[in-house]
Formats: sequence, structure tokens, C-alpha cells
Amino acid sequence: MSMNRRTVVKAIAAGGALMGLGALMPRVALAAWNKDAFAAKDQMGAMNALYGGTAEASANVMLKAPAIAENGAVVPLSVSSDLADVESVAIFIENNPTPLACQFMVPAGTTADFSTRVRMGKTTNVTAVVKAGGKTYSATSEVKVTIGGCGG
Amino acid sequence: MAIFRVKAKAKGGKTDVKMMAKHDMETGLRKGKDGNLIPSKFLDTIMVSHAGKTVFEANLGTAVSKNPYLAFEFEGGAAGDTIEISWTESSGTSGTESGDIK
Repeated sequence: MSMNRRTVVKAIAAGGALMGLGALMPRVALAAWNKDAFAAKDQMGAMNALYGGTAEASANVMLKAPAIAENGAVVPLSVSSDLADVESVAIFIENNPTPLACQFMVPAGTTADFSTRVRMGKTTNVTAVVKAGGKTYSATSEVKVTIGGCGG
Repeated sequence: MAIFRVKAKAKGGKTDVKMMAKHDMETGLRKGKDGNLIPSKFLDTIMVSHAGKTVFEANLGTAVSKNPYLAFEFEGGAAGDTIEISWTESSGTSGTESGDIK
């Protein structure tokens, strides 16, 4: 009986410590500006740095992007998702000098629906990656750029 | 100096926020008149809170266009409330400002 009690107490203590860590760690990891991911020169590198791998294509991620962008300096994009427990949303632009454009965190109570405007160097694929319930999902759309918007 | 222009509207228990910062978002890839590269300087983190609760958090890269526009929606918020925006720039500068919900 006393042995039993001891193991139970131990298990609870260990579990509590783990849960505490689990609750704290992702928060810290998410909030930080991921230097490696933002500095990565190719899309795979950026995705690996940010999410540790590629994402699975999903119809539950909606990426709204123009088919043709006349001005690459200002390309309006909207990303939304009807997945449950969305943690973050990131936008990658494949042929840009640094593909990761931005990352949005989704605190509880905020809708997973964001709009922004990005720069695009040339015609390429835009990929929105949504992290929900520990898994990553993506949607890709090609945007044709008439005039590039990355310096020059 | 406030760099953000905020339009926030409460509707049906939710608040729709549209905001735009006045910022060049220098990529570090552009050349100036003297032929030298202009060093990068851009907004890298933006956080918005309402009534002490974070409602929006974004990490931006250089691919976000000049004068960044951001739109999102959160639950709660009423007309007359204020939202607090805090931002940091890649140069280390940071700031806090507020906007009203209409």
C-alpha cells in the first residue's frame, strides 16, 4: 500500500513537471523571431527551420492570392483556415531571396484569418503553411509577377 | 511617433482590425543613389493586445511590403475599447502605441 502511494505521488510529480514544461516551451518557441528561418535562402531550409519539415497539402487551408500581380512590390495575400486548434500561420514565397515572408501566431480567441501584403521578386509559388494540433498543412498558389518588387 | 494607423470595428461580439504601419521595410538588397546597398531595417515583431490579453502576434521578414498592412479578427472587444500595439524593429528600436475600437 505504502509502495503504491509512493509510486503514485512520484508519477504525479513527474507528470506535473512535464505538463508545466509542455505549456511553457511551445509558447517561448513560437514567440521568438526565428532568425534561421527568416535568413534561410531556400524554401526547404526555411520550412525546416520553422516547422521541422514540409507540410501536407490540405483543402482546409485557404490561400487567397492574385493570379497575376502587376506590381511585385505589393502583392495582397489572405490566408484562412477552418482547422481546429490553429497555432500559427506562415507564408513562404519560393523564389524570393529569403522565402519566409511572415509568420502569424494565433492566440485563443483570434480567428485564423489574416491578410497582408508582400513583395515578390518574380513569378513563383506562394505557400501558406498552417500549424494546427501539432501538424502542418499547406496550400500553394502560383502568382505571376509582371514587375518584380525586390530592390533593383 | 506613432507609425501605425488602426481601423478596428466591433461587430457581433468580434472585432475586426485593419492596421497599416508607415515603414519602409528596407530589405538590405536595394541600392541607394550612391550605388551602395541600403542596410536592412524592417519591423520584425508586432504584438497587439486587448484588455491585457494578446490577440495578435506576428513575426515579419523582409518580404513584407513597404508600409505593412495587416488584418485580423478576434473575439471580444467593444466600441470605445482600446488596443495596444507593441512593435520592434530589426535595428532594435521598439515602440508601443494604441488604437481605438469603433
